[in-house]
Amino acid sequence: MSDDVSAKVSRIIAEQAMVDAADVTPDKTPEALGLDSLAIVEIVFAIEEAFDITIPYNANDPKDSDFDISTVGGVISGVKTLLAEKG
Amino acid sequence: MHRVAVTGIGVVSALGTGREAHYAGLAEGRCGIGPIELIDPERLMIKIAAEAKDFRGEERFDRQELLLFDRITQMALVAMDEARAQSGIEFDEALGLRTATIIATAMGGLHTCDENYRTVYQEQKNRVHPFIIPRLMANAPVSQISMKHGLMGPAWSVSTACASSNHAIGQAFHMVRSGMVDAAVTGGTESVLCFGGIKAWEGLRVMSRDGCRPFSADRNGMVLGEGCAILILERMDRAMERGADILGEIAGFGATADAADIVAPAVDGAARAMTIALTDAGMAPDEVGYINAHGTATSLNDKTEAAAIRLALGPAAERVMVSSTKSMHGHAIGAAGALEAAAVLMALGRGIVPPTINHAAPDPEIGLDVVPNTAREARVDAALSNAFAFGGLNAVLAFRRWQG
Repeated sequence: MSDDVSAKVSRIIAEQAMVDAADVTPDKTPEALGLDSLAIVEIVFAIEEAFDITIPYNANDPKDSDFDISTVGGVISGVKTLLAEKG
Repeated sequence: MHRVAVTGIGVVSALGTGREAHYAGLAEGRCGIGPIELIDPERLMIKIAAEAKDFRGEERFDRQELLLFDRITQMALVAMDEARAQSGIEFDEALGLRTATIIATAMGGLHTCDENYRTVYQEQKNRVHPFIIPRLMANAPVSQISMKHGLMGPAWSVSTACASSNHAIGQAFHMVRSGMVDAAVTGGTESVLCFGGIKAWEGLRVMSRDGCRPFSADRNGMVLGEGCAILILERMDRAMERGADILGEIAGFGATADAADIVAPAVDGAARAMTIALTDAGMAPDEVGYINAHGTATSLNDKTEAAAIRLALGPAAERVMVSSTKSMHGHAIGAAGALEAAAVLMALGRGIVPPTINHAAPDPEIGLDVVPNTAREARVDAALSNAFAFGGLNAVLAFRRWQG
């Protein structure tokens, strides 16, 4: 299941960044993938729709959000946490 | 080239219905933002807004009128009556032919769209009321005002997101200044505070869940508002001739495009708009006593705007009073600049500079005199009002105190 989540999140990010899914490794930052703030908001939306979760993300001050978007790995573990809370 | 006087203003905002209620709220530093009450907030994530809670169309218009007037048109007609009464201007046929009507709205009759989409999509009705189009069209406020007051000169609506009102007022100012018309009815009207409108804004994730704190270190986003302000502009010589009470002078207008990003603001485009407004007004940076900031309370806008003010004003930026009245009346989108023109006219005419409320702690990246929390008594001879729209469209108005 956890691999599924990683794969699905990576696919969403890859699609938005217009890169190959294989390049979306856990250590990659949004900057490294060429994602601007608008692209990140779109990714958050796409992930919410894909997993039926609500991500506490404030585009106005990403560092202040209760959701780590600093790396791909951070996003994946955040999604897993939200899925676990959802039960 | 004619000088341009403001001789009347009418206001509907979260601070109250009527100019004096708006001014009193600004002077008291009262916050018009609170829990959403006019619609059901059940499925909303953002549950606060600056609603014009005491403005209820059904108390002011009859059934037949309500079928034709969206909330933005209702507010515009009420604000227009107040502005006209204050100016004392009489629109006889000769003046009506020489009066422009230029009124902003970013979104048009969004409540009407929202209600009728619900009818056809959610309730699965196959038919809507015959007046939906004339009720929702963006020019409905312009047309209803022109019809009611007999204004037969150039008339249209202006839509540039959050800068709509400043573009409208700037255009009306140009028309009067150039002699194209003798008078103009201008301003902006907006209400996006319906379910679909708020949902759309939620999508951008730049809204605060707990309050509007422009320029404060702890700011975390914008808060939507609604409202309308209508201004009566007249050729200065005609206003003086008829003994009108002159509330202030519009002296310059500057407008630019960033040509950069669809949402992020840019220092250069904003600064150029301020510089052009100053040049257009023949105003030196150190004459400016007050700037009504765009001040949305997003992290990026406020930082960018502070840098732009420094770039445009140079050393004078360190002395000028800068406040964001959105902290009190919320961000009224297409009506924002008009509600803020009212704040500027209060500062010029009454010597009361409205504050930036909810200021908890200074942000070192701002570092300007943001008139924190409490209004200030000060003589202001010249002022700017900033509006910077999504899509990088900037519009700045320059005002002078009338010293006649």
